[in-house]
Amino acid sequence: MAFEIGETAVKRHRHIGLTDQDVMNIYENMLLARVLDERMWLLNRAGKLPFVVSGQGQEGAQAAAAYALDKQRDVILPYYRDLAMVLAFGETPLDILLANFGRANDLSSGGRQMPGHFSARRHRIFSQSSPVTTQLPHAAGIALAARMRGEDLVTYVSFGEGSSNQGDFHEACNFAGVHKLPVIFFCENNHYAISVPLHKQIGSKYVADRAAGYGFPGIVVDGNDVLSVYAHMKDAVERALRGEGPTLIEALTYRLHPHSSDDDDRSYRSKEEVEAARARDALVTFRRYMIDEGVLTEQEEKDLRNRLTQDVDRAIEEAERSPLPAPESALNHVYADGK
Amino acid sequence: MSVKLYIDAITDAMRQEMERDPAVFILGEDVGVRGGVFRTTQGLIDQFGEERVMDTPLAESAIVGVAVGAAAYGMRPIAEIQFADFILPAVNQIISEAAKLRYRSNNDWQCPLVIRAPFGGGVHGALYHSQSLEALFYHIPGLKVVIPSTAYDAKGLLISAIRDPDPVIYFEHKGMYRLIKDEVPDDDYVVPIGKAAVRRDGTDITVITYGLMSHYTLTAAEELAKEGISAHVLDLRSILPLDKEAILEAVRKTGKVLIVHEDNKTGGVGAEVSAIIAEEALFELDAPIARLGGPEIPAMPFSPPLEKFYMLNPDKIAKAMRELAAF
Repeated sequence: MAFEIGETAVKRHRHIGLTDQDVMNIYENMLLARVLDERMWLLNRAGKLPFVVSGQGQEGAQAAAAYALDKQRDVILPYYRDLAMVLAFGETPLDILLANFGRANDLSSGGRQMPGHFSARRHRIFSQSSPVTTQLPHAAGIALAARMRGEDLVTYVSFGEGSSNQGDFHEACNFAGVHKLPVIFFCENNHYAISVPLHKQIGSKYVADRAAGYGFPGIVVDGNDVLSVYAHMKDAVERALRGEGPTLIEALTYRLHPHSSDDDDRSYRSKEEVEAARARDALVTFRRYMIDEGVLTEQEEKDLRNRLTQDVDRAIEEAERSPLPAPESALNHVYADGK
Repeated sequence: MSVKLYIDAITDAMRQEMERDPAVFILGEDVGVRGGVFRTTQGLIDQFGEERVMDTPLAESAIVGVAVGAAAYGMRPIAEIQFADFILPAVNQIISEAAKLRYRSNNDWQCPLVIRAPFGGGVHGALYHSQSLEALFYHIPGLKVVIPSTAYDAKGLLISAIRDPDPVIYFEHKGMYRLIKDEVPDDDYVVPIGKAAVRRDGTDITVITYGLMSHYTLTAAEELAKEGISAHVLDLRSILPLDKEAILEAVRKTGKVLIVHEDNKTGGVGAEVSAIIAEEALFELDAPIARLGGPEIPAMPFSPPLEKFYMLNPDKIAKAMRELAAF
């Protein structure tokens, strides 16, 4: 896994400008998302959470993408599987759980939205709805507003490959292309739109092929290859900040779980296919890379996992103890005057 | 103060607000170099440049969706939909996004957005350049919907809409652009959203209406005055929120009420106004609530006799008013 540069063997992550601590940070972000996601499924199966929508299998791509962004400068418009992304931008496991439990102090919506509908203005995370792909024009709009206000930033907007078939995908890419807006369109191609496989979703081989039609680069990257995703994201960020416009990055990933806690994936894909994907999962492969490169030891990894699990368990207890919203608060904030 | 055309009042409002607040900008199809297909944005690109008077790709969902993002990030966009009929591709962005952004984020994000859309018939616009679509939106909490009928209101309501912290759909009747003119102050002023206006005082019957039909109703009322029937006319001006107090007061004034709109009757604004009256002023009534609207056909046809058949006019309104007065 090492690159040969001149006579010096350089670790692959150093070659792209990441320190050992950087890759540790990325791995911790991935692992926290995974631990939290796993716990949410347990809570669902125990009857404590009515609904879970999962990002398992996509954390590597998300954490790598997040690491290339500036949390104080950029704005993200995540989609519902972007748990690792929003954790990187400052949401805590408690924030996520308060939303999942529909508690009054849920940061994203005060208990109004379904789980997975992330939002937090203080963390520069834009609000999202459930009809997919509506966030793509918003990403162009925020980028446009920033340019008009003289702010340098990048907007990151993510979506599944299923969403790439909506009109808003085309309209937003085209708008951003025409105006050379600093938008990174990040397609997390997990190969299924609920039950519909990729070959029934798109006529081209890749979603990224479409970028040519909008006049900007489209890049396909192995979404399990954390370092490769980071490198491409970093290029896209720099390109956006130079005023050269959008980039479409298609990260090839796999959704390890059913679409949601209400789905049963056994009806549309084989167990063998899922098992094969588990072997390629970035949580497995990146962990192995870090251990092989001596960045992380087995024991350190175990300790980290334990610490994160304890953090999440404490957050679960706190979220469960938190008050539910007052029924009449459903009437608040329809308009600015509070009525 | 000077007499201005309805269309010029709209342009004035945008120009003055753009001069006042650098966050205000316009985006839409043909709004820039061409100055809009109706000329509502004429001259603005010369004054404010192509970024603030932005010609967009022909894609309504992007026009509104981009505006939603920009509004959330500190701008005050005015998104122009070239004809109200073409707003439908943007309805998901309007109803799922703009209308719900504040609510769903528990007041964390907001959407101070104006969507201007020329609506209405009688201009040989056929099915897809004539529609009245306000009924689709007046059902949606989170939106505001206004329909000015005078040049004075066109300017004052547009300024209110631009300054409003929430999304406002501003329907301007294209048939009124160069037909209606009245006194308009040169300085800025606001007409509050949610306030109706009494256009004519009367004692025998009340007509509640809005848009171009306000003018047709006033013409009809003058005809009826000659016959000794005194009509009280209320112009709603805002469809969402409705001015409930003004509606009830107008009903109490005469005890007989007719609601008139260009849009077809079923599920139209008149249905809600009727329900408010039935709920809160039933015993003030001396006659059943009457409604007059367009026929129940999908939209306005092109050929002149067909278009004329669809459109209300002062004669049709006068007939309905006489019938109510005679009850």
